[in-house]
Amino acid sequence: MAGKTLYDKLWDDHLVQERDDGTSLIYIDRQLLHEVTSPQAFEGLKLAGRGLWRVNANLATPDHNVPTTVEERKAGNEGIEDPVSKIQVVTLDDNCDEFGVTEFKINDIRQGIVHVVGPEQGATLPGMTVVCGDSHTATHGAFGALAHGIGTSEVEHVMATQCLIQRKMKNMLVKVNGQLGAGVTGKDVVLAVIGKIGTAGGTGYAIEFGGEAIQSLSMEARMTICNMAIEAGARVGLVAVDQTTIDYVKGRPFAPTEDQWEQAVAAWSELHSDADAVFDTVVELEGSEIAPQVTWGNSPEMVVPVNAVVPNPADQSDENQQKAYARALEYMGLTAGQAITDIKLDRVFIGSCTNSRIEDLREAAAVAKGKKVANNIIQALVVPGSGLVKQQAEEEGLDKIFTEAGFEWREPGCSMCLAMNADKLGAGEHCASTSNRNFEGRQGFGGRTHLVSPGMAAAAAIAGHFVDVREVETA
Amino acid sequence: MDKFTQLDGLTAPMDRANVDTDMIIPKQFLKSIKRSGFGPNLFDELRYLDEGKPDQDCTGRPLNEDFVLNQSRYQGASVLLARQNFGCGSSREHAPWALLDYGFRCVIAPSFADIFYNNCFKNGILPIILDEDTVDSLFKEVEAEEGYRLVVDLEAKEIRTPGGRTIAFDVDDFRRHCLLNGLDDIGLTLEDADQIRAYEEKRKQKAPWLFN
Repeated sequence: MAGKTLYDKLWDDHLVQERDDGTSLIYIDRQLLHEVTSPQAFEGLKLAGRGLWRVNANLATPDHNVPTTVEERKAGNEGIEDPVSKIQVVTLDDNCDEFGVTEFKINDIRQGIVHVVGPEQGATLPGMTVVCGDSHTATHGAFGALAHGIGTSEVEHVMATQCLIQRKMKNMLVKVNGQLGAGVTGKDVVLAVIGKIGTAGGTGYAIEFGGEAIQSLSMEARMTICNMAIEAGARVGLVAVDQTTIDYVKGRPFAPTEDQWEQAVAAWSELHSDADAVFDTVVELEGSEIAPQVTWGNSPEMVVPVNAVVPNPADQSDENQQKAYARALEYMGLTAGQAITDIKLDRVFIGSCTNSRIEDLREAAAVAKGKKVANNIIQALVVPGSGLVKQQAEEEGLDKIFTEAGFEWREPGCSMCLAMNADKLGAGEHCASTSNRNFEGRQGFGGRTHLVSPGMAAAAAIAGHFVDVREVETA
Repeated sequence: MDKFTQLDGLTAPMDRANVDTDMIIPKQFLKSIKRSGFGPNLFDELRYLDEGKPDQDCTGRPLNEDFVLNQSRYQGASVLLARQNFGCGSSREHAPWALLDYGFRCVIAPSFADIFYNNCFKNGILPIILDEDTVDSLFKEVEAEEGYRLVVDLEAKEIRTPGGRTIAFDVDDFRRHCLLNGLDDIGLTLEDADQIRAYEEKRKQKAPWLFN
C-alpha cells in the first residue's frame, strides 16, 4: 500500500464518521472567529436554542472593520466612526461575552488579524484542524494543520457540533526546488505558483508546498504561501512540520507545556507526507528561476516578473481569456507591452493576513531605511498584523524607520486589504499592495491593485513606480 | 431553508469568467449582521454607475444600462447562467445570500470555486456544473430567445430547455437530499452526537493538549 500524504494523515486523524454518500464528518480542533462572518452564526444558534459544543475550541478577535488610525482607536469601540462597522464589532463582543468565548477585544495588545493572531498565540498547532469564516484560513496550514476557510452556515455548524461535513479533496504537491534568490520571498513563490496553475488550478485539491526552497523558509514565509492557496482555488494549503515549525510554536501562550510538550512534539514528527505517498498532481518550480512578481490585472493569476511587460490579450489562445485580459487592461488603465516598472503608483499598502508579520515589516524596513517616499505617492501605509507584532516592531525601531521615510504607522487590522474600514483607494488610483486579491474594487471603488511582496512595496513607495527590489540597496 | 424540488425559471446570462464574491457583493455590504436584504446590492459595482453605500435606498441610483440584469428581458430571472470559476475569492456567505435575496435559486456554470459552491447548498441555491460546450450552447440559446426559461428538476437531476432538450446533471446525494427536503444539517449532525463524543474521548487519550 502506498504511503500517506500529510493531508491524508490529518484527514484520518480527524475522521469522526464516513457516510455512505461519500461525505464525512471531520472533527474541528480550533475555530477562529471575527466580526464579519460570525454574527449570523451566533444568531442562528440562539434562534435554535443551541449552545457551543466546546467553548474553549473557539477564539475571537475583531479585525476586518476596526479602524487603524491611532486617534480613532484610542476610544476603543466607541471611537469607531462608521456606525455600521461599530455595530458589527460590538456584536462580536456581546456574542463572545454571552457564550463565554475568549476574545481579544479591539485594544487588547493581542488583538489583530485572526490569521496572524492564531499562530502568534500558539492557538494554531501542528496536527490540528482549524476553521474560520474566512477564505484565508489556509494560512494555518503552514503548521502542518488542516485549515479550511468556511462560510457562515458552516461556522454555525462547527459552533454547534464541533464538526464539519466534508468530502475528501485530492492531493497536489507543489514542489519548489533549489533555493530562492536574494530579494525573492514567499510572496513571489506563491504568486509564481498561481501564475503557473491559474486561479482555479487548485480547485478541489489540498496543496502541499514542499521542496528544498520551502524547507528553507521561515514560518512567516510559509504562512504567506499557504495564505494564498485559496487564490489558486485550493481551500487548503500545507507545509510539513519540521524543526522550524516546532521552534516557532514553543513557548507560545496556547502551546502545550512540560510533559504534554514532549508528547506533542513526538506526535508532530509524523506530520509529513510519506516518501512513497502518491499525489494526484505534482507541479514543480525551480526556486532560482523565480523573480519578484507583480500582478497587472484583476485576478491573482494575472501576474508577471517585475522585469517583464504587461501582456497582450491577443497572445492568449483562449477566447474567454482574451476577453478577460482586455477587460483587465481597461479597468487597470494599462496598455499591452508597457513595462511593469513604468507603472506609476498613487498609494502603497503594507499589511494584511498575507504580509503583516514581523519578518514582512523587517523586509520592508530594510528597503525603506534612510530613504523617502516619492512625491507622487499620496499615502504609504504600514499596518501591523497584531498588537504584538506592532510592539515588537517598535522595540526594533522599525516604526521610526517607516515614519522617517514618510510612511504612516498604524494600529493592527485588515485595513486596506479589503477596505471595510476607512482605509481605501480612490477611483483610478494604482496601489502597490502586499495583500492577496487584486479584484476590481477590492481596495476601494475603481481602485487598481498590484500585488507584491513587502520589499517590493517599500521599494515602489520610494521610487514612485515599480522597481526590481534586487537592484535596490538595502540596510 | 426553503426546499428545492423543481424550478421553472427565467434565465439570465452572466458572460464573464472568474466572477468573484467581491463582485457578487462588495465589502461595504458585509457589515450587516443579518442574512437578508442583500438583493438590491447584488453585483453592485456592475449594476449601478455610482458607488454603493450600506443601508442606502437603491431605487433612485443611476443604473448601468449595459449590465445584463438591468435589461428588461431578464427581470424576474431565477436561473443564472455563468462562466468558469464562478464565486472565487472570499468565503463570504453574503454572496449566496445576495443571489437568493435577488431571486436566484439556481446557478449553472462549467466550474465553481469550492467554498461558494458549498455555501450555495446551505442556502437553498442549487449550483449546477455542466461541461463547457453545453454551457456555451445555453448561452447562445438564452441570448437568442427572449423569455428563455429553463426547467431545473432536482428530483430527476435534469434540466429541460424550451427547445425540448434534456440535460442531465450530477449532484452529491447528501446535498440533494438536504435541498429536496429543506433540511438543516446541524440537526442531522447532532443525531450523531454520541459518535462525536466517542471520537473526543479517544482523541483526548492520544492528543490531550488539543483539549486544554
